[in-house]
Amino acid sequence: MADERVKDLSFVQRFLSRPEMGAFCGLMLVMIFFFLIARDNGMFDPDGIRNWSVVASQFAIIAVGACLLMIAGEFDLSVGSMIGFSGMVLAIGSIHFGLPVWLSIIVAFVLSVALGAFNGFLVIRTGLPSFIVTLAFLYILRGMTIFIAVTTTSKTILSGMKPLAEADWLAPVFGGEILTGLFKWMGDQGWIETFSRGVHKGYPVVSGIPMLIIWAIALVVFGQILLTKTRFGNWIFACGGDAQAAKYAGIPVNRVKILMFMFTAFCACVFAMCQVTEFGSAGADRGLLKEFEAIICVVIGGALLTGGYGSVIGAGLGAILFGVVQQGLFFSGAESSLFRVFLGGLLLVAVILNTYIRRSVIGAGD
Amino acid sequence: MLLLFLIHILGEVLSELETNMTTPIMQLKNIKKHFGSVIALDGVSFEIKPGECHCLLGDNGAGKSTFIKIMSGVYNPTEGSILFEEKDVYFNSPNDAIKLGIATVYQDLGMIPLMSVSRNFFMGNEPVKRKFGLNFFDSQAADEITMVQMSSLGINLRGPDQPVGTLSGGERQAVAIARAVYFGAKVLILDEPTSALGVRQTSNVLATIDKVRKEGVAVVFISHNIRHALAVGDRFTVLNRGATLGTAERGCITPEDLQDMMAGGEKLAKLEESLGGAI
Repeated sequence: MADERVKDLSFVQRFLSRPEMGAFCGLMLVMIFFFLIARDNGMFDPDGIRNWSVVASQFAIIAVGACLLMIAGEFDLSVGSMIGFSGMVLAIGSIHFGLPVWLSIIVAFVLSVALGAFNGFLVIRTGLPSFIVTLAFLYILRGMTIFIAVTTTSKTILSGMKPLAEADWLAPVFGGEILTGLFKWMGDQGWIETFSRGVHKGYPVVSGIPMLIIWAIALVVFGQILLTKTRFGNWIFACGGDAQAAKYAGIPVNRVKILMFMFTAFCACVFAMCQVTEFGSAGADRGLLKEFEAIICVVIGGALLTGGYGSVIGAGLGAILFGVVQQGLFFSGAESSLFRVFLGGLLLVAVILNTYIRRSVIGAGD
Repeated sequence: MLLLFLIHILGEVLSELETNMTTPIMQLKNIKKHFGSVIALDGVSFEIKPGECHCLLGDNGAGKSTFIKIMSGVYNPTEGSILFEEKDVYFNSPNDAIKLGIATVYQDLGMIPLMSVSRNFFMGNEPVKRKFGLNFFDSQAADEITMVQMSSLGINLRGPDQPVGTLSGGERQAVAIARAVYFGAKVLILDEPTSALGVRQTSNVLATIDKVRKEGVAVVFISHNIRHALAVGDRFTVLNRGATLGTAERGCITPEDLQDMMAGGEKLAKLEESLGGAI
């Protein structure tokens, strides 16, 4: 006999108790909203969809790392600076020093993951809040990136990556497109619009699926499986839920946290590699405020700022919501500054909603 | 002649059984612990047998917490020896004690409220199954085992995915005890398991202790509540100001005597008069 004081949950309550619920409902609402007001402006045409999904994917890539790290109970505010740094490493390596692009990409990954590990090591060793340690890194890394860029190349924006990237074997993994043949064929069939003039005449307006989107999907799927289907995922929850209890249970808390810092840095580097190889230039000021945008996606996705609770799928939905709103306002011709107002409001609503739902459904008093 | 021989053998077997039953699984001898100039423990001896519930009683500051931290490997004693299964042991860390089968359920429980019961139950010991050459968390096995273990202690969950935060204090305590026993605890140390509980939950926890003891687990029950201790304990050791005031068997001591010992030998006569018995 079950305890009569514990009510069986209805399907609706079960759905409401999912961390992704808020982001899912929010996304549905903004989709409907923009479908009604911006459809005529081409937001839901193939190239419109491609436009906002690329933006959403950018958010999603860094949100996955931030999400797992936040569930493990830590923050990384140096994500934005890491994007600028690793992009600059790639550009300086291949343009200034003439290294092969693939080698520069590997160097960028090694350096950023090592810096992520160092970040984590500092947080663990000093016992300071990761907020402070990574805030320091936000400035240190940004300053160093500009300094190195200026002293080696006397420029803060390096362009000319496009031809180098196209000739490389590894760069297309980040900046390329897949299914171009399928899209060409769909264009020929008249299913998607084709350019009617110019050098691309006869080619479809959307030439393929950018690798950026593939990376975003792959990282979300990887993160969700890691979090919910593996032992390590249980350790991530436990570390963020109560590090002391996790230690008593024999979980290597320090290792889990440092690995999550490394993974966050990895995601930032993927973001930078995609950006530089696709758009052909790197800037020392790239990635500004990205750390906060990543955190907003994660919180909209239902994760708790205090750790121990959250969902990677939720963070992914938060990222799409983010992308749709940003580009939707652009398509509907609204003043772009409104985007930030909207964003702040959204964050506030999400946090209040999450706290309320957690109290009512999970019953945790804290 | 043959009959005499058989009787002799039977006697040997019986005495063998007898000694097995009464051999302590863990002994702590003359344990001293100094923190700088503070003497927290000044020669405490304690033993625990399989299938026994040995209550460690003492007022606040008597040294109970320090003592169980030495038992569970958190601290090392300044002096004294620890024998586990009649062998000298030395704990470098709590993990050494856990490996021997000494499990501690702390007051704050080591449970994570936001995580489900089954995820808490298997925290750090997750079952895995192989799929596509990779190890995955076997949540189905975890859920089933959790439900079986919990219902064997008389706790009926809504489901294995129920967050621990929705459980009552007594139920959380039961999850923690069930977890320790499932993962092979031979000695189970319970740090004030009933101190924050209501009457009904307390009786649930005491019943749980009884079930666990009957499975042959040695239970060390730390408390400052004499009634809770007397309800379930087989032996009682009283700590006062860092020293043992003696060990008593069940039935050989009255609640009043125990209380006087806990209070350091001072008679609480006046108090008792106005309160009407042991507190």
